[in-house]
Amino acid sequence: MTVQLDPRPPVAPAPRTGRRTPAMRFSRLDTKYSPYLFIAPFFVLFGVFGAYPLIYTFWVSLHDWDLLGSNHPFVGLENYSRLLEDPDFWHAVVNTLGIFVISTVPQLLAALWLANLLNRQLRARTTFRMAVLIPNITSTAAVAIVFGVLFGREFGMVNWLLDLVGIDAIEWKSNRFASWVAISTMVDWRWTGYNALIFLAAMQAIPRDLYESAAIDGAGRARQFWSITVPLLKPTIIFTVIISTIGGLQLFTEPRLFHSGTNPIRGGTLRESQTVTMYMFENAFAPHYNFGYGSAVAWLLFALIAVVAAINVLLLRRLGGAKPPKDHAKSKEGAR
Amino acid sequence: MTRLWAASRLTYAALIAAGVLSIFPIYWMFVVASRSNDAMGQLPPPVTPGGNFGANVSRLLNNTDAYFVAGLVNSAIVAVTVTVSVVFFSTLAGFAFAKLRFRGRNALLMVIIATMMVPTQLGVIPLYLLMTKLNWNDRLPAVIVPALVTGFGVFMMRQYAGQAVSNELIEAARVDGCNTARIYWNVVLPALRPAAAVLGLLTFMTTWNDFLWPYAVLNDPENPTVQLALRTLSDGYYTDMSQVFTGTAIATLPLLLVFVLFGRQIIGGIMEGAVKA
Repeated sequence: MTVQLDPRPPVAPAPRTGRRTPAMRFSRLDTKYSPYLFIAPFFVLFGVFGAYPLIYTFWVSLHDWDLLGSNHPFVGLENYSRLLEDPDFWHAVVNTLGIFVISTVPQLLAALWLANLLNRQLRARTTFRMAVLIPNITSTAAVAIVFGVLFGREFGMVNWLLDLVGIDAIEWKSNRFASWVAISTMVDWRWTGYNALIFLAAMQAIPRDLYESAAIDGAGRARQFWSITVPLLKPTIIFTVIISTIGGLQLFTEPRLFHSGTNPIRGGTLRESQTVTMYMFENAFAPHYNFGYGSAVAWLLFALIAVVAAINVLLLRRLGGAKPPKDHAKSKEGAR
Repeated sequence: MTRLWAASRLTYAALIAAGVLSIFPIYWMFVVASRSNDAMGQLPPPVTPGGNFGANVSRLLNNTDAYFVAGLVNSAIVAVTVTVSVVFFSTLAGFAFAKLRFRGRNALLMVIIATMMVPTQLGVIPLYLLMTKLNWNDRLPAVIVPALVTGFGVFMMRQYAGQAVSNELIEAARVDGCNTARIYWNVVLPALRPAAAVLGLLTFMTTWNDFLWPYAVLNDPENPTVQLALRTLSDGYYTDMSQVFTGTAIATLPLLLVFVLFGRQIIGGIMEGAVKA
């Protein structure tokens, strides 16, 4: 995503004429320093509450930092080496990646399909758009609780529906893979409509005469979709994949509230669906209060996100077949 | 052309199905919230509203362990304060980045964009330690102050100000003797109003919805946000599910209200590519 900087010349200060009056001096000071004054609140607040914590996390991660202890001995990279041998950490990594894969792939495919539907000449267009976006604006915590009940073992609606078609009840909370599916369902439910609208916006920027000439050449709808729409959407698809990667690997609220009872931060008795962020919380806050170890988890999570995002981008570059005409891809990137 | 883009019946059927799937969990939340607890053990599950909403609400409000009302009040305070602040500081900085000339402008803008890519998780622990030092743990400033500015807001307002405010207008105001602050207030802010409204709506919803950071820093059960009150409810009261669902329904209501009133603007904002994170 390139940033387009404003090409137009900025407003020039008023030209100086004759002797300076106090008002003119004020005006000069004003044009010179006001911009800094205007952006200062962001940088001051972000510096204190955004940048400083970031650097400090790394510093904390190099210490044996117990919240209740009074001194915090420096231990170098010990937290990291311990973490790399910690089976519970790797278990959480596998959970996170598993949930990420089985949520993101169907989600983006469904969003593409949904966007393609919404891109037709529709009656009640706004209503449909609002309907598919509703999941995205609801309270995550509330919805996680509702889905926790829908996926209940005994009286959950999902198992009841499965029973109607002759499938035995599934242990959504105590079976590892089933709990991944349940949590992925929540994530998909929340984000499919949102991504569909992003795709729709990009689709509407594709010139329609491309489709017309393709139709004249005898290409059917499916062929048009895969040969025109998808390649031209590639920048947008990469964008949504990166956003989904960042969001998906940080997953916390849904799996945390999917479980209740004793120690829900573990994501089930056998850590069936404990994500990396939950593992960070378990270590940094109750019950362990080990800030050094928790910080190390946070940094490894960051590394994981960077690695997975990079892999995704590389894969997507290779896939996607035909190269989009350059000017279309550009104009869309500018619009984002 | 028309034939190429016409929506078939199948299109409508698929869209209606998608719409029903989208709305059903929320609808069902209100169904359970309006029924007695027996509804939870019924098969097939009931799908029409009952008449117990009032009773459930009063049980929820009288539940002294949940601090639900305190949560609602706290969430309102937090969300409104954060929204006003984000909109104000974002329009201010966005105007400066789009229309004013100063040294280091591009570099500073890159810093702001970079801040949008950093995961919140990374800052949770040191932020917690910082709040301990400031003695803000368990108090609302801990949730409010770190959220007062967002890189996303500044970036969004910069993009919009670039198109919405013409340089001629600013020059004319300067010739008329306006200083930069007055130009912001009398010329730029009115022009930015539509985008500022979208930013405000999104900020309000995100803040109302936030769970992770309040969960870390507000440990006093008597002083929760509404989402934390829901957590307390659902962790402790599984037997009284209609009460829990009443809570989730009430916590979702402000968001639904905002969406019904301003849905078009929100969709417009997303489709313009304004929404990035």
